[in-house]
Amino acid sequence: MKTTWLMLFLFLTTPLLAQEKQQVTAADYANREVSMADSFRAEGKIYVVVAILATVLAGLLVFTLVTDRKVSKLEQEMEHLKKKIIN
Amino acid sequence: MAKLNSKHVIWKLLASLLLFYTIIGGLMMEVPRLPILNETIRALYFHVPMWFGMIILLLISAVYSIRYLNKDDQAYDDIAVEFANAGVIFGVLGIVTGMIWAQFTWGAWWSGDPKQNGSAIALMTYFAYFILRNSLSDQQQKARISAIYNIFAFATLIPLLFILPRLTDSLHPGNGGNPGFNAYDMDSKLRLVFYPAVIGWTLLGVWIASLRIRIKRLKSDMNDLEYQR
Repeated sequence: MKTTWLMLFLFLTTPLLAQEKQQVTAADYANREVSMADSFRAEGKIYVVVAILATVLAGLLVFTLVTDRKVSKLEQEMEHLKKKIIN
Repeated sequence: MAKLNSKHVIWKLLASLLLFYTIIGGLMMEVPRLPILNETIRALYFHVPMWFGMIILLLISAVYSIRYLNKDDQAYDDIAVEFANAGVIFGVLGIVTGMIWAQFTWGAWWSGDPKQNGSAIALMTYFAYFILRNSLSDQQQKARISAIYNIFAFATLIPLLFILPRLTDSLHPGNGGNPGFNAYDMDSKLRLVFYPAVIGWTLLGVWIASLRIRIKRLKSDMNDLEYQR
């Protein structure tokens, strides 16, 4: 328990400040002098990128889910085997 | 057809939803227009959560190493190793995404910045953990020595990633007076995606680690059955 508290304390003190903060103001959102991907967004093409990334994520998540189910199946088979061998 | 354990479904679903939200919200929602950073400020939703996720996964790993030393139960050692594995994967992704970002904002893939060097050393500390494990053949010796090493590795991680880069001149946002996460702490729009992103990516890491732990358990069950026969 003592060590757990120690680890927790170490973790909680990580955001200790060594420098001063810079504030982000509303003016930063409106600052048109800084170039951003405005035309890219205006043309609507950003949606294509979002769709591509969402597809990639969906694919990876489905793959992980299928792997999860395979492990679950093996676990069930293992339970059967255990019962069989012990009896 | 094997079913997913229902008590596990909810947080896995939550992880998936948070990650979809991160990608869609992270690319579409408004961000502050800051010089040099430009649109790369959105890396906050993808690069930074890799490090937050890594820290959380490695913390879990260190906690299970401590529990292993207390209880001497092999299952704890398995958990510690697999969380360290998942954490290191996140760390490698963090360093690679950081290099891509550095090339376009700092002008070089690697500029020897304290933040870059610190994270590289931190990752190597964990590579050494796996090398140490693989160099010991006795199961108990392997588990005990590497558990002690793992606790020290986590203790080194904190100054390397969070303290040293803040004490010297680092170009990294949030360090050396540069605007970073601390500056945006007040910015509710960035927070709206950042925190869900951290939770989503971390849960994905926990999911991957849990799969590998379950495979390890199956393997040890198999060995037990072999022994009983």
